[in-house]
Amino acid sequence: MSAVSLLEVRSLRAGYGGVPVLHGVDFDIAAGEIVAVLGSNGAGKSTLNNNVCGLYRLFGGTVRFAGEDIAGLSSSDIVARGLVQVPEGRRVFPNLTVRENLDLGSYRRGRANRARNRDRVVAVFPRLGERFGQAAGTLSGGEQQMLAIARGLMAEPRLLILDEPSLGLSPLLVEEMFGLIRRLHGDGLSILLVEQNVVQSLDLAQRAYVMENGRIMLSGPAAALREDPALRRAYLGM
Amino acid sequence: MLDPVILLPAAINGLTMGAVYALVALGLTLIYGVLHIINFAHGSLLMVGLYGAFFLYQAGGIDPYLSLVLLVPALFGLGYILQWGVIGRASHGSDQNVLLVTLGVSIVIENLALYFFTGDTRTIEAPYAFEMVDIAVARVPLPRLVAFGAALAIAALLWLLMAKTDLGRAIRAVAKERQGARLVGIDVDHIFAMSFGIGTACVGAAAALLLPMFYVSPHVGHVFVLVAFTVVVLGGMGSFIGALLGGLIIGVTESLGGLIFGETFGQLAIFLIFIAILLFRPTGFFGGRPS
Ligand SMILES: Nc1ncnc2c1ncn2[C@@H]1O[C@H](COP(=O)(O)OP(=O)(O)O)[C@@H](O)[C@H]1O
Ligand SMILES: [Mg+2]
Repeated sequence: MSAVSLLEVRSLRAGYGGVPVLHGVDFDIAAGEIVAVLGSNGAGKSTLNNNVCGLYRLFGGTVRFAGEDIAGLSSSDIVARGLVQVPEGRRVFPNLTVRENLDLGSYRRGRANRARNRDRVVAVFPRLGERFGQAAGTLSGGEQQMLAIARGLMAEPRLLILDEPSLGLSPLLVEEMFGLIRRLHGDGLSILLVEQNVVQSLDLAQRAYVMENGRIMLSGPAAALREDPALRRAYLGM
Repeated sequence: MLDPVILLPAAINGLTMGAVYALVALGLTLIYGVLHIINFAHGSLLMVGLYGAFFLYQAGGIDPYLSLVLLVPALFGLGYILQWGVIGRASHGSDQNVLLVTLGVSIVIENLALYFFTGDTRTIEAPYAFEMVDIAVARVPLPRLVAFGAALAIAALLWLLMAKTDLGRAIRAVAKERQGARLVGIDVDHIFAMSFGIGTACVGAAAALLLPMFYVSPHVGHVFVLVAFTVVVLGGMGSFIGALLGGLIIGVTESLGGLIFGETFGQLAIFLIFIAILLFRPTGFFGGRPS
């Protein structure tokens, strides 16, 4: 953990309709880092993301982004500050073309550089370029995931949260997806990677947090977690 | 009686009225397509627009075609505030609630109109009201021709707005994927209110175009809202092109039906169509497609 946090979450409590899901979560990510949040289905990973991104009202705790308190801000204002999430299940606009989806990625931020950024993301995801005029709903699952990430990049994120980008992809595509994420991080992007895919995520991430039942159970450098007996037993069946 | 010399003028007249129906229906279908609510207040808002145009003419001496530039922003604002402040707040995300809320809003608006303006039917006498224009074999009243051209022009502008601007893209995005919209930083409540506002601005424009050839009374909205519902069902709920073509088809049907079966049966023909579509093609002609 470095001295200056890009995102700093403290004692975050959250849930749905008064029913708590997160019972006090702490984590940090520094600029330039790639950090994984791991945990099985229902652990509360998406709840964490969505509360950090302002989709719900927190029960308690603080969220600081780039030194600024963002708890209670609208999702729109949070995107404007450069905290961008690519959600679980892609959530692309099925009735809009690939190009329109990308353009809306810069609805709130990065608008001035829209054309330039569009060229850039198409260079990263050439398949999207071939499908520019096609409705996003007609893309394959893998292509939709790429579009969702590309749409996120259009907002010139300072921190990109990826919620289960490998979900529902074939093993080959999962491989490709992790390669892409590695490349984006290599280009200097700070990434919070939320995954159930423990082995590959620990290969990619510098540090990781392991969530269970709305709490962080383990955290540390990825290399150390790979050797952690508790983690190996719980997630790798060893 | 079915001589083309009679039928063609009737069809052309029907087209002109159909363009106004299309304009009212476009507003309705936009609101439905984005908010997934059936806006029962749509007709009452048209009535508000008609009174607006009426008093601007009577008290201010402002020609209805000129008052269009005032009524469009005024009704936009009214629609925005109505959705933002009343309908959105009272609905709590439940579709049945919204239905009742829009019905309630329409009852309130109509009774306010009854209270302030009485139930009298009013008309204006614009100097050009009875001017006729020759088109091919037909003589068309000038106001109808203006309404036709303006309604189509407004429909084209609306299409441009929806297809080519970030606002239009955001409106279409919110219609299908609200969570995704929030995550790119779209303020969904604002887009809801914008959609309602634009839908209401359509009846503002329709009101200005109608007044020179129609009347205004507190219940005048009923005439149009039933037709507009038919148009929207015919064209497919939420479909723009469907509303436009549906409006024209209904206008011609009404006109020809009136000619063949007598004046009062023109409207009957519309509702026969309405029932037939619900029976045989409930998604309408353009329904189920991405708009
Ligand atoms: N929209 C929601 N409404 C109510 N409960 C929810 C909602 N989303 C998730 N939950 C519940 O919150 C818990 C954590 O879910 P989630 O954050 O989606 O976990 P993860 O992303 O780790 O799989 C689960 O018990 C789930 O059932
Ligand atoms: Mg999840």
